Amino acid sequence: MTDTELMDLVRKTLFDVAPDLEGEELEARETFHDQFEIDSMDFLNFVIGLAKATGVEIPESDYPRLQTPAGAVAYLRANWAAAST
Amino acid sequence: MVRRFFAPATILTPVKAEVFATSQAANLEEAQMTEQSPRAPVRKGAARSNLGDYEQARARFTWAEAEKALAGLPGGKGLNIGYEASDRHVADGRGGHTAIRWIAKGKQTRDITYAELARASARFAAALAGLGVQPGERVFTLLGRVPALYVSALGTWKRGAVLSPLFSAFGPEPIKARMLIAEPRVLVTTARFFKRKVAPVLSELPFLKTVILVGGGEGGVDFDTLLAEAPDGFEVAQTKAEDLSTLHFTSGTTGRPKGAMHVHGAAAAHRATAEFALDLRPDDIYWCTADPGWVTGTSYGIIAPLLIGCTLISDEEEFDAERWYENLEREKVTVWYTAPTAIRMLMKAGPDLPGKFDLSRLRLIASVGEPLNPQAVIWGENVLGRPIHDNWWQTETGGIMVSNYLSMPIRPGSMGKPVPGIEAGVVHRGEGDEVTLVEAPDEEGELALRPGWPSMFRGYLNEEERYAKCFAGGWYLSGDLVKRDADGYFWFVGRADDVIKSAGHLIGPFEVESVLLEHPSVAEAGVIGIPDPVALEIVKAFVELHHGVEPNEALKKELLAHARRRLGPAVAPRDIEFRDHLPKTRSGKIMRRLLKARELGLPEGDTSTLERRQ
Repeated sequence: MTDTELMDLVRKTLFDVAPDLEGEELEARETFHDQFEIDSMDFLNFVIGLAKATGVEIPESDYPRLQTPAGAVAYLRANWAAAST
Repeated sequence: MVRRFFAPATILTPVKAEVFATSQAANLEEAQMTEQSPRAPVRKGAARSNLGDYEQARARFTWAEAEKALAGLPGGKGLNIGYEASDRHVADGRGGHTAIRWIAKGKQTRDITYAELARASARFAAALAGLGVQPGERVFTLLGRVPALYVSALGTWKRGAVLSPLFSAFGPEPIKARMLIAEPRVLVTTARFFKRKVAPVLSELPFLKTVILVGGGEGGVDFDTLLAEAPDGFEVAQTKAEDLSTLHFTSGTTGRPKGAMHVHGAAAAHRATAEFALDLRPDDIYWCTADPGWVTGTSYGIIAPLLIGCTLISDEEEFDAERWYENLEREKVTVWYTAPTAIRMLMKAGPDLPGKFDLSRLRLIASVGEPLNPQAVIWGENVLGRPIHDNWWQTETGGIMVSNYLSMPIRPGSMGKPVPGIEAGVVHRGEGDEVTLVEAPDEEGELALRPGWPSMFRGYLNEEERYAKCFAGGWYLSGDLVKRDADGYFWFVGRADDVIKSAGHLIGPFEVESVLLEHPSVAEAGVIGIPDPVALEIVKAFVELHHGVEPNEALKKELLAHARRRLGPAVAPRDIEFRDHLPKTRSGKIMRRLLKARELGLPEGDTSTLERRQ
């Protein structure tokens, strides 16, 4: 997947968890919490959604790396290979 | 079925209370000695606690004596929480002590001394007076953990006005509902919260005369400018112990939210309970992680630590496992008051993370909000080096009522024993004013308290009848079902009503159902709590659509979006399920209990009032 496709996936997963945000622009380097006031339950569901959609296993200790859209894309890119083999 | 969460062998005995049951003066002396050698191999919990022997402390305690710990206004002119929490320490020569260490999102810290807090809050009080705010009028806050929160709270009390903190994750609807009840004259918030949450409903709030914006911005008066232009030397309002200080909103099963009214005299209970249940002392570094929009965030996030005169840690950021451990280490936190949801999230983050941090300064960890599972208590002992002390109270009680103590063996899963000065019982409700006290151990009943403690609520604002319903047979009835074991420990069983407990927040199903019903496709809605391993419960809605409306994924998302926009993510349902028919009573009331039983595969209980469909 290209970074653009990954960003689309991040956006779609977020809007599934928080459909009230549908259509909002994502600021790549600002945390989801700061941009949209999503709470920790939303964030948890978002990470679970990403793991489900990609097959990438995301341990709890890595959660902080997915707090921004850009961070989530970078994380998925780095772990994609391992998941698809 | 009686569920025992513990076997006697697993009882933790962190402190040999009886050995150390001496006077409080000696306790403090030893506390200071331990302070000098924090890394000594002795168990830190072995230091003497404020409480000492539980039974002796109970026998000795009187509220009249506890009230003497408060200074009162100079010249015996009354009692004011704002004064007790700041000026009092300046008068005692501790004005230079750090009252608040604030940690910004970017981790920069800012220290505020008691003298600075006293001065800033007096200026805020003067500014309120200048804006025409009269004693008794309401000032709302809609803020995260920022320094202006503390200044606004203390300043409001010093003006003699009534503080009402709102939860900043609320959407416009819960904010409007609460404001319509209390009719605040002033709101302190940020430009961002104002724009998203208040501006859309502002035209319906004619009583709101002034909006004060922390950090400035469009739509209100700048907080800093207001403070800079206010005069020094404001004379603290001569409030009496029974004058209203604070209004905390809570949710019931039906109807509007309830504004629980609290008084300045509650300070005696905040102070005493913090000393006993949190073992709090003036030299402590104390961190309460509660959101300032809930009662814990005020009673123990602002008032209690400032009454004691210790240093409170205030972190602007929300939960983050690594950041939290970092805070505990860097700030050398000695007493930590947090919540089960946060503890369970720390547990999920794994045991390796805390191992990287020095947590040896921690003397006491306490938890409130929902019952803490026994595994979490033991996890604290094993991983953080301290067991976690659960305690119980609610918005109406104003302060901790039942608690585990440093000086008493913990029974993991139990909420502990009543604090000194509190008589708690297990009762069954009968007809009218009748209640029966349950004497036998391990029998389920409602947790009841004998009224009369200083932080007890004095009413629900404009809701006399609902207030009266909380009392029967000389008891305050909490709505929580419990059991008491043979040794006097209380165990939480569940709620007696349909109120949902999610991530430490009480959510009224009615408030959620009302917003769903606003949607043109929705005919009926029933909202319940579904068990969740992290949040205890999550909000789930069952929706019956109008005839001819197609239930599909797009509509589900639309309803979720609608609810989230109106209620905010903390209150809105996380899941919606469509049903052809919701179970109703013959009088048309949705039977939430039955919805829940069916959802969870539990026995359906008494369904005699269920509407029979042809």
